[in-house]
Amino acid sequence: MITLSDVHKSFGPKQVLRGVNLEVPKGESMVIIGGSGTGKSVLLKSVLGLVRHDSGMILLDGEDVTRAARDPFLARFGMLFQGAALFDSLPVWQNVAFRLMRGHLKRPKSEAREIAIEKLRRVGLKPDVADLYPSELSGGMQKRVGLARAIAAEPEIIFFDEPTTGLDPIMSGVIDDLIREIVVEMGATAMTITHDMSSVRAIADKIAMLHDGVIQWTGPAADMDSADDPYLRQFITGSADGPIEAVR
Amino acid sequence: MATLILAPLATIGRSVMRLLTGVGRVSIYAGATVSHLFRPPFYPREFLIQLMQIGFLSLPVVGLTALFTGGALALQIYSGGARFNAEAVVPSIVAIGMVRELGPVLGGLMVAGRVAAAIAAEIGTMKVTEQIDALVTLSTNPLKYLTLPRVLAATLSLPLLVAIGDSIGIFGGYLVGTTRLGFNAANYIQNTVDFLEAWDVISGMIKGAVFGFIVAIMGCYHGMNSGKGAAGVGRATTNAVVSSSILILASNYILTEVFFSA
Repeated sequence: MITLSDVHKSFGPKQVLRGVNLEVPKGESMVIIGGSGTGKSVLLKSVLGLVRHDSGMILLDGEDVTRAARDPFLARFGMLFQGAALFDSLPVWQNVAFRLMRGHLKRPKSEAREIAIEKLRRVGLKPDVADLYPSELSGGMQKRVGLARAIAAEPEIIFFDEPTTGLDPIMSGVIDDLIREIVVEMGATAMTITHDMSSVRAIADKIAMLHDGVIQWTGPAADMDSADDPYLRQFITGSADGPIEAVR
Repeated sequence: MATLILAPLATIGRSVMRLLTGVGRVSIYAGATVSHLFRPPFYPREFLIQLMQIGFLSLPVVGLTALFTGGALALQIYSGGARFNAEAVVPSIVAIGMVRELGPVLGGLMVAGRVAAAIAAEIGTMKVTEQIDALVTLSTNPLKYLTLPRVLAATLSLPLLVAIGDSIGIFGGYLVGTTRLGFNAANYIQNTVDFLEAWDVISGMIKGAVFGFIVAIMGCYHGMNSGKGAAGVGRATTNAVVSSSILILASNYILTEVFFSA
């Protein structure tokens, strides 16, 4: 279980997180929604320690994430980055098998390659993609490779940072379905940030809406449409009128 | 009135503070890099790739620079020496000038242009496309995986590049000396060898190692601290080349003072 309590983070004078409280129970898929620039990415990165929060506590199974030993801590996570963040100096299979080729999860090259190809197949890519370089792939394929890399070492917790941004609606649907399937079959805890409402409906068990540095609304996905929180309503309907200021 | 006097002072103060902050950050970064030298995990493959990229592929640039510099040096010393009938010193001055100063400094500056820029651009792009964050989430320390192999490769390969550059520079002087200035080939070589001391060569190679360290550290540091987008990476690249060039020239003066001041 991931617990955030009263998490604050500022960049210079700009307060991004102003006291975030959130619980993500084990095995659940939590989707965090909110407009661009509301600090969703910062929230995700604070849990991983890529960004150091200013105050408040972030606990993973009761242990403070800032005190945890880094290697075993990070080994529990997989992350799919917004732009896939594949290493362009390495072929696709070495990207997927990155964690399996170094550190304490290291195994023989042939075995790592086999696992990589198996994971690529899991995300719907053929084995002949394995020896291509990331720059030779389309955006959707890069996302799939990123997804394969995130699940390669069978993590307990997977983070998805805007998994469908920049993809066409059909590819978005494919990625959403893949995420849902993989999370369910691995029994993983998932935390996704997105502003794509069709992703939200496909992926989420629970939803939290981040606005103005705090969680405005949180609840099960099924309650989303009947909730009467004005911020959430405006976000779901995509209306320009409402409590959330739209800069034109 | 008070602000009129204080405003310029405040501006100077801010710049000095910014400079000192920068120096402090780079020092901490360099210290952290060196501290990983003996702590596993090691990435020998990355090191070999960088040795190829930084060392071997810089050979043409350094070689050509040295060749033309050696030739020009021979012409200059010949015409300068003619003023007091000392044309005969050309071989020894070319050798000493190349080996002590021009080999390491010009080699270092050329590598700064080639390597510091390439490192800063590559790491800066990795930073803005979240590849550095991805490395961390995959339990890999960027300092170990990216910085250390580059710094080690540059520090070890620059002395060799300098030695090769020295030889090519002396050869450039020899070519000009024997074809244009009427030196006898055997005498030219004899003069070069007789006057050159081992310490001349070794001091130049030590300079090379220091310059290599500077180039790689500045390239990595600016790349890792790159701003957002294409403009950020561009700025990081410029800063890497400019700062490593200035540091090379400054440290060259200090090293020369340490090595040769009587």
